[in-house]
Amino acid sequence: MVPLPYYLILSGILFACGVTGFLIKRNIITIFISIELMLNGVNLSFVAFAAQWGKLSGQVFVFFVMVVAAAEAAVGLAIIIAVYRTRETLNVDQVNLLKL
Amino acid sequence: MISVHLVLFLIFGAVCVAGAINLLAQSHPINSALSLVVVMGALAVEYLLLGAEFVAAVQVIVYAGAIMVLFVFVIMLLNAGTEERTKGGSYVAMIVGIPGMLAGSALVAWVLLTHSGTKSVVAGALPGSPAQVAPLLFHEFLLPFEVTSILVLVAIMGAVVLASHPNSDPKKEKT
Repeated sequence: MVPLPYYLILSGILFACGVTGFLIKRNIITIFISIELMLNGVNLSFVAFAAQWGKLSGQVFVFFVMVVAAAEAAVGLAIIIAVYRTRETLNVDQVNLLKL
Repeated sequence: MISVHLVLFLIFGAVCVAGAINLLAQSHPINSALSLVVVMGALAVEYLLLGAEFVAAVQVIVYAGAIMVLFVFVIMLLNAGTEERTKGGSYVAMIVGIPGMLAGSALVAWVLLTHSGTKSVVAGALPGSPAQVAPLLFHEFLLPFEVTSILVLVAIMGAVVLASHPNSDPKKEKT
């Protein structure tokens, strides 16, 4: 027997770690990895709520989130390769053409 | 009374949090990527504890398998080195932000633990084996399922176009 809030707190910790990594990291690949960590935290909430309310739809939604994350990873990494080719750096502080 | 379910949840929850913190602490992207694999593996066990067998299997195969291989491949391809810091962090953010974030998190955790009004989840509360997920996925959610297949197709084409070299011309290479 595990209380539902334990799952939600674990999910919140993972999401908070993802947000922190997104904000403090300067390597574009690590920022992308932090986004995946946030998606994982949300998935845990989905599965925990599915078990709480007895609805399997939550687990189906986790499947959809994973598919979208896979598509996002493929396109995002292609964009990272394109950025590296033109700017020759992975540091987001040096990718600043749109900055005034 | 402490059940095996709770002990397993706490062990793998601790592994999850340790992996996530290690992801933040490491400066080399390959270490961060491998920490994320640890987090995903521990999360798969948490899904099994909740009874979501299909989700746990997909988590290991798609997330820890396919997506992380893609990440590691790109890190190796671009020869990404240790992260370089361009400027020092803001001290105000450190002095105010970290205690503020901890206080907010403690408040949310306290509200969840005392006022949520939810009941405990027993081990394997909602059996989500492929046989039980499939009718839902292919009847109720058939249209979203087909739409995601188109999304993945478009994403593959987009990735190929974006990652291909701008100067390369396939017709010239043939001759």
